[in-house]
Amino acid sequence: MVDHRRKGTRGLVLLALIIVALPAVIPNAYIYDVVILIGINAIVCIGLNLLIGYAGQISLGHAGFFGLGAYASPLLSDRLDWPPALALLAAAMAVGLLSFAVAKPILKLRGHYLAMATLGLGIIISIVLNQEGQLTGGPDGMPVPPFSLLGQRAEGEATWYWIVGALLLATVWLTLNLVDSPVGRALRALHGSEVAAAVTGIDVLRYKIMVFVLSAVLASVAGSVYAHYAGFITPSEATFFRSIEFVTMVVLGGMASTFGALIGAALLTALPQVLTPLQDYQMLTFGAVLVGTMVFMPKGLVPSLAERLARHRR
Amino acid sequence: MSGKTLLAALRHFAVIAILWPLATGAALAAEPIRLGAFLAVTGKAAFLGGPEKNTIELYVAKINEAGGIDGRPIALTVYDTGGQAKEALTYVKRLIEQDKVDVIIGGTSTGETMAVIKTVEEAGVPFVSLAGGQEIVEPVKRWVFKTPHTDRLAVDKIFYDMKARGLTRVGLLSGSGGFDKSCRDNVLALAPERGMVIVADETHGAGDTDVTAQLTKIRSAPGVQAFLYCGFGAPTSIVAKNFRQLGLTLPHYQTHGSASKTFIDGAEGAAEGVRLPAAALLVVDQLPPSHPQKQVASAYRDAYEARFKEPISTFGGHAYDALFIVVEAIKRAGRTDKETVRAEIERTTGFIGADGIFTMTPTDHLGLDPESFIMVEVKDGNWKMLQ
Repeated sequence: MVDHRRKGTRGLVLLALIIVALPAVIPNAYIYDVVILIGINAIVCIGLNLLIGYAGQISLGHAGFFGLGAYASPLLSDRLDWPPALALLAAAMAVGLLSFAVAKPILKLRGHYLAMATLGLGIIISIVLNQEGQLTGGPDGMPVPPFSLLGQRAEGEATWYWIVGALLLATVWLTLNLVDSPVGRALRALHGSEVAAAVTGIDVLRYKIMVFVLSAVLASVAGSVYAHYAGFITPSEATFFRSIEFVTMVVLGGMASTFGALIGAALLTALPQVLTPLQDYQMLTFGAVLVGTMVFMPKGLVPSLAERLARHRR
Repeated sequence: MSGKTLLAALRHFAVIAILWPLATGAALAAEPIRLGAFLAVTGKAAFLGGPEKNTIELYVAKINEAGGIDGRPIALTVYDTGGQAKEALTYVKRLIEQDKVDVIIGGTSTGETMAVIKTVEEAGVPFVSLAGGQEIVEPVKRWVFKTPHTDRLAVDKIFYDMKARGLTRVGLLSGSGGFDKSCRDNVLALAPERGMVIVADETHGAGDTDVTAQLTKIRSAPGVQAFLYCGFGAPTSIVAKNFRQLGLTLPHYQTHGSASKTFIDGAEGAAEGVRLPAAALLVVDQLPPSHPQKQVASAYRDAYEARFKEPISTFGGHAYDALFIVVEAIKRAGRTDKETVRAEIERTTGFIGADGIFTMTPTDHLGLDPESFIMVEVKDGNWKMLQ
């Protein structure tokens, strides 16, 4: 356990160093953009990983929460003239309340039924964003006002890089601490066996709800940040496919590994950009890489590589 | 086992490393003109983005074979957005920052286009969009142009035709897509100006396979004289079929969203008599020889169909117009300085394209009028040009 914690701290320090050092080698705004998107996706995936990897629950609707955050924040700041930071927090709280309200009935379900329920929730959100044209601009989307705090406007990729970097670091720190707390152990216990966990006195439903709400709030914050960064938002951010993308990132990077979720988000965000020279074979290659990874590293990148490394050392 | 996997991975990266320089194109002798495009080649809008990409690639190759523009070849970079606004934004930043393009064409859908406008405006790169929404050019943005007709032009054309037949009371049905909504908004906004009355305003959901309930309501609307459907893709055929099944005899209008052969084929005979506004490209063989677009449209049709062995669509026509408006502007400018090219695009006058005859001004970055549409009617399973 101590060793585990030390590893986590080492990872956190390494991540901080990478975030600080990276701008020295980033040549232009385009690369900044890709790195920022990696950071935003990673925040969602780290939260989702708590739910999937640690608590053993599945959500196919997280893009819905991302989308709610992405739309609520600009709507509040633009239409109601709230300060963007307040709007972001309000959006996160609203999503927290919503996820709490739906968590109780949803999380009583298991396996396929849970997947179905979260899928349905995500699709409902997606439909609302598409249909409520006068509010959301419909399928063509809506512009988002720039983010500002205490009179300072956040503009340009370099500024957003530090905002997203700081948020990512905070998310990783929060998660590592959570995983190493009694809560984290309780989550892992109920992942192993809900019955056994309940027998040892763990309030299974409470913990499931807690982690579901936390992951939804993280997705909402990431969504708000994305909306302000991009300056324009369309419902394609809240589609079922986006939900699948998030889950794929978590599974590819390695479940029950915070840094796995981070690596998964980085790979899936950057890979399409790297593969563009292949033109027509881009999607084919992308698919082949995914299939290959899951065939040869079924536990995901980070856990599989760590295992292999450990075996080599022995 | 693990050694083998590692080897396979290495081999994979080796392939990418070798292909990269090949795909991005070897360095050319004369300083090339850098043209960037971001299109929805895959995803839901692929039926739009595919022909657009084909068209641009076909004509860039032709121009380069003929020696380029003023001896300078065009270096084309195309990125596939999958129809997603987020991808579009990243690729536009890539085109501007990494590929350092002189001009950008693209944005198959309105969402993709709107998402990149801020970036394009800040960077100051001439940008011609291939999307329909009129918010792209209204209000006018300094660096942003577009070639496809707006929904307002289509609605205007339809209203002209209705008035000419003495029809003023319209029953409206629309779907829930972006195109449908924009079309409906324009119908409602333009109707009072044009002296039309919308007596029914019904909608259907995405993926609905039956609209008889809505049509029944429209039929019983007081004094309804004509029926108009604002929609796109598969539902257009369903509406025509239901319309026929209910035995409705109202004059039936649809929009340029139905201007593809799949609408006629899908309706299985029920599309007979449906009227809609379409680009000249759709009825190129029926255009009189004196029609100004005849030559351009038929040359494009022949070149495209010879190369890709598939029928042309009007969507490829948008890309054709965008490419040649840019090419002509660069020719007139004699250089690729961004502000000069932008000003020259804005000065496009009487350019004969596939979509119509373009005359742009500082206050009009589209440059088409309702005359660029031709009213057609479905007859014997094909398009029949009216007028």
